[in-house]
Amino acid sequence: MSKVPLQFRHNGRDVAIFVDGGTNLLVALRELIGDMTPKFGCGQGGCGTCSVLIDGELHLSCLTLAETVAGRSIETLDGMKQGPNLHPLQRAFADQFAAQCGYCTPGMLMAAKALLDRNPSPSRDEVIEAISGNICRCTGYEPIINAILAAAGGRVSA
Amino acid sequence: MAVTVKTFGSASEAAGALSSDRTARYLGGGTLVMRALNEGDVSISTVVRAQDQALTRIDASGPRITLGAGVTFARVLAERDLGFLHAPARSIGGPAVRNMGTVGGNLFAPDPYGDFTVALLALDATVAVQGGFGSRDIPIEEFLQARERQAGTLVLSVSCTRPASSEAFRYRKIARIKPKGGSVITLAAHLPISGGRIAGARIALGSMAPTQIRARAAERALEGRSLDAATIAAAASAATEGTSPSDNALGSAWYRREIVGVHLRRLLSGQE
Repeated sequence: MSKVPLQFRHNGRDVAIFVDGGTNLLVALRELIGDMTPKFGCGQGGCGTCSVLIDGELHLSCLTLAETVAGRSIETLDGMKQGPNLHPLQRAFADQFAAQCGYCTPGMLMAAKALLDRNPSPSRDEVIEAISGNICRCTGYEPIINAILAAAGGRVSA
Repeated sequence: MAVTVKTFGSASEAAGALSSDRTARYLGGGTLVMRALNEGDVSISTVVRAQDQALTRIDASGPRITLGAGVTFARVLAERDLGFLHAPARSIGGPAVRNMGTVGGNLFAPDPYGDFTVALLALDATVAVQGGFGSRDIPIEEFLQARERQAGTLVLSVSCTRPASSEAFRYRKIARIKPKGGSVITLAAHLPISGGRIAGARIALGSMAPTQIRARAAERALEGRSLDAATIAAAASAATEGTSPSDNALGSAWYRREIVGVHLRRLLSGQE
């Protein structure tokens, strides 16, 4: 089976790879680009840990056919930090103990960024809705919700 | 196993490719087809796509609305004129799934998914499909009854008439997890009122049979009557007639039969 050339923007940088037909974006990012921040969880759209932003919109990379992102802009957790500094969301997650095992954290952060990019001061219910597609088995969600609200309210130690 | 991806500029070309290849599947938002590929479904060797703007068009200005098959649930939610479809759209997945999943794909979503289709079934929607020999309109009920044989056709759009009022169309999804979770059962009711009496009642149920079905006995109990306590009780007690739910991790068939009448009564009486 021949490979297909694919070009897209990955965290602000143009990348070009060759993918097998049917490859999903998660595999392309992890195995071909080397960006290990999106995680493989269920492969079914049930867990959210593979979440990335495509042209600013939250998508599940494991359910995205890699070829469909040609020419589009992909953001992953790898591109979230600002130079040497953590993004306010990352800082808030650390401060509020919002990560335990950490496996859901990349998806949670991308879902939270998708929310705050559109709605900088969300209500608690809006935060709950925004991460409703992301499963966490450790924290019980409360620290994650509090961290996102803290980042939105600017109550984060820089 | 690698698959061949064929991308076409028009829906009709994509429909031609689908109808001529039994191993081809149409890729909409990816939430069904990519999931199957991730699980190693070897029955799919070709993935067909169409980049046709007609498939993502929304016409919500008039009394009859049309949604292109490729319209996502996020776009339904962003459309103020589609307020009557917001509850079913919001009940699906999390934000990422709503950014991806499409109205057309939902018609093929197996139990316990396919909640939007429950709403469309209650609204007596029409499904426009294109096969190898041109396009045609199919009533949604007929489409669902023959869903297994629809793989070679491409859904172009769905259309339905806007309900007369917010009271005339009601929707409820029963899930164990809030705000997101698979359907234990899903209910939708279209109750047009004429001269104080229900005329043309349609009740649709999800997760009560292999595909979304109408609760015809409950509809008969409502037809021509006013929506009073006795009528609602009669409809609720008839809710299980003709259903064939199955057991899954979200609930047993027994449990579904037990609760469907309770939730239909609450839906019809406007209780939370």
